Amino acid sequence: MSIVVRGELFDGGELLNAMHGRHQGVGAVVSFVGYVRDYNEAHAVHGLFLEHYPGMTEKALAAIETEARARWPLFTVEIVHRVGLLLPSAPIVFVGVSSAHRQAAFEACAFIMDYLKTRAPFWKKEHNGITQQWVEARASDQHAAQRWSGET
Amino acid sequence: MLTIHYFARYREQLGLEHEQLAWQPALTTIGALRELLVVRGGCWVELAANNLMCARNQELCNLNESLSDGDDVAFFPPVTGG
Repeated sequence: MSIVVRGELFDGGELLNAMHGRHQGVGAVVSFVGYVRDYNEAHAVHGLFLEHYPGMTEKALAAIETEARARWPLFTVEIVHRVGLLLPSAPIVFVGVSSAHRQAAFEACAFIMDYLKTRAPFWKKEHNGITQQWVEARASDQHAAQRWSGET
Repeated sequence: MLTIHYFARYREQLGLEHEQLAWQPALTTIGALRELLVVRGGCWVELAANNLMCARNQELCNLNESLSDGDDVAFFPPVTGG
């Protein structure tokens, strides 16, 4: 399975190692792991709750994978995203891609993360032990995703 | 019949995860549906936010998207995953 949405912890190292050797001709594997920070915009974070839209989430991630495959020659695409209550330093998301050459792998991994952050229906709520607040979307994430539009 | 889902901040502000609404021919677009919801007043004016995002049948779309009887619509704030 290349797209997984789940509550359980994942082992990024294990996922990464499994990507090499699945196909003949893999010359490059690039991965990204996103973690819960213990600090965000000058306030402590005790944990995050990740909400999502079951059904649409999987479809949105599959559409992002399809678009990445249309842009770069990729072998494996692996996306794992956690939901539910997550504590500081816990991994949230794993994206791994394999390709024959590094440039496609680097670019496709960045593209998938940029699109995931702006198009996949996940929402983070931060807890600091006393209060809770929804995390605001960042304009920098929109700009990062926009750099891919207009390219073929 | 339309099914409407609300997520994250909107789900909390409206105190509602989802609802069903009888189909009306005047609901030509998702934008028209949003206007109908906003005129309920009170907490519903939250849906007038400029950065509101929406989906039709579990696919991201804009407010100009056409609506049909039986559609599944969702309204939510900007996404913050990853």
